[in-house]
Amino acid sequence: MSGLTLRSGVTFGSLAFLAIVPPLTGAMDAPFVLDIVMRMLCLAIAAISLNLILGYGGMISFGHAAYIGIGAYAVGIPAYYEVYSGFLQIPLAVGMAALFALVTGFICLRTRGVHFIMITLAFAQMAFFTFVSIEEYGGDDGLVIDFKSEFIGWLDLEEPVTLYYVIFVCLLGTIYLVKRVVASRFGMVIQGTMGNEARMRALGYNVFLYRLICYVISGAICGLAGALLGNFTGFISPEMMDWTRSGELIFMVVLGGSGSLFGPVLGTAVFVIAEEYLTPVMNLFAAGSGVYWHIVFGPFLVLVVLFGRRGIDGLLDGRGHRDD
Amino acid sequence: MDWTLLIVQLLNGLQLGVLLFLLAAGLTLIFGIMDFINLAHGSLYMVGAYFCATFTEFMDSFLLGVLVALPLTFLVGLVVEIVIARPLYGRDHLDHVLATFGVILFFDALVHLVWGPEGYAIPLPAFLDGQVGLALGLVLPTYRVLIIAVGLFIALGLYMVVSWTRVGMLIRAGASNRRMVAALGVNIDLLFTFVFAGGAVLAGVAGLLIAPITEANIGMGNDILLVAFVVIIIGGIGSIRGAFVAAILIGLIDTMGRSFLDDFMKLFLSNQNAETAAPAFSAMLIYVLMAAILYFRPQGMFPPRVR
Repeated sequence: MSGLTLRSGVTFGSLAFLAIVPPLTGAMDAPFVLDIVMRMLCLAIAAISLNLILGYGGMISFGHAAYIGIGAYAVGIPAYYEVYSGFLQIPLAVGMAALFALVTGFICLRTRGVHFIMITLAFAQMAFFTFVSIEEYGGDDGLVIDFKSEFIGWLDLEEPVTLYYVIFVCLLGTIYLVKRVVASRFGMVIQGTMGNEARMRALGYNVFLYRLICYVISGAICGLAGALLGNFTGFISPEMMDWTRSGELIFMVVLGGSGSLFGPVLGTAVFVIAEEYLTPVMNLFAAGSGVYWHIVFGPFLVLVVLFGRRGIDGLLDGRGHRDD
Repeated sequence: MDWTLLIVQLLNGLQLGVLLFLLAAGLTLIFGIMDFINLAHGSLYMVGAYFCATFTEFMDSFLLGVLVALPLTFLVGLVVEIVIARPLYGRDHLDHVLATFGVILFFDALVHLVWGPEGYAIPLPAFLDGQVGLALGLVLPTYRVLIIAVGLFIALGLYMVVSWTRVGMLIRAGASNRRMVAALGVNIDLLFTFVFAGGAVLAGVAGLLIAPITEANIGMGNDILLVAFVVIIIGGIGSIRGAFVAAILIGLIDTMGRSFLDDFMKLFLSNQNAETAAPAFSAMLIYVLMAAILYFRPQGMFPPRVR
């Protein structure tokens, strides 16, 4: 925390920019840009939650998109029964995601390494197939949310700018929460288990319990991200928890810099921008080629893995410190 | 209960099982020897199917199509190993997952670019397109019987190669302790390049075997890849025998679940509930099994001895 570094400059600069996006897009009359940024913010919250377990705890969850889906359905299913109160939906989203994390974490966290990757994937697939099968809530086709969460007239989420600031404040809250968690004694133990699990155990820590709590916190935050995303898109479907979505979340974290506080936000920004703009840019060079944007994006992913090990955050700070 | 249906479904399960084995065999060796998670293995399955479809059409013969498709798939496997996998050995699993995820996206888009978004059908030659009568008045499509026979034949061949040849011995030794094998002067990198490409060919065989039934289509490898991972985890990573047993088991469970679970659940649930719940539950069944196995026996059913 000493002085103004490049990294803190980028962090505060980005946050300041995000704070003025609505007036900017309003002035430019570009509501679709506001939509893109909103989607990015929701995904950024999810990426931060994944980073908490992946970057600080070494738990590579390949099923994190399930929590986004659970959060989104916790908004969509009450809305289907014409219950629109956000005071019910949001706690439900966070609670159900936390519960899912608790139950699955209890089983997953007994495994390590590749087994952990695969078992988190397995549970996410189970969640995916569950929602595919419930025809009452649309099954494969998904569910349209007619009205967004209501907060007895305090906030009108139907108004895009209000929704934007709600999501933005949630992002700030998430960053602050993760910062506090990571810096706490609890966070130190979690990072210790990533560095040397046997030693932490020898020091007398109940590693399983610490990891489980961390996993539940992460799931709960990601549930919130899902609830926000559901409110933003107004449409939810099992496709939100497809395993490729989980892969994309991992990519956002690694691209931004796993184990860095703000990195996942930057990684998400690059991902969303690539997703939205690679197609039109490629079309400029060769008409119609934009459909194949994965041809560029796939190798880009490989290159990031091969050469950009510490992600964008690593570029901002060459000295090798992980956190300031 | 209709016995004919039961036996037909058992054979369908066996068919899925041998296809899964062809995929899982390469996957489990790659994983076992080099500790490398290859999500792109499903892409090789897809590539094999597309090559076969193209050359079958081009040369107007399924068998010639197969003969050309296999070496080409081998080459693709070599390229993927040398360009993507080799720099990543010894790195974090996270890196493997991400990089090979990128490879999947690349191959899916590339196939889309080259062959278009539509599925690509492979016409069967007349002598495979008919039906064959088995004992007890059972009639099955000839081609499905062929898939099972080819699958079992390859499984047997692979088993003999791995258990009784020098190369197989090195592969097994590599799966148990890679460093020791390298220290004894075996060029483990070269060995592995060939295991990788060989695995690619097996995946390609699975792809081109199924393609005449389902058509070659984009993303065909992605769903079956997840199931193949379930297979190698249940079977024990690095074990060919485990992969075989688990593949047949998963193939049977999945097929049986899909065809009979709704009848079974109707015993407990109302008809309507059973009909909506059964498809999802049968899709979940294999994941439930994997979670249970990982919980009680994390090393799988037949883990290779000595790590």
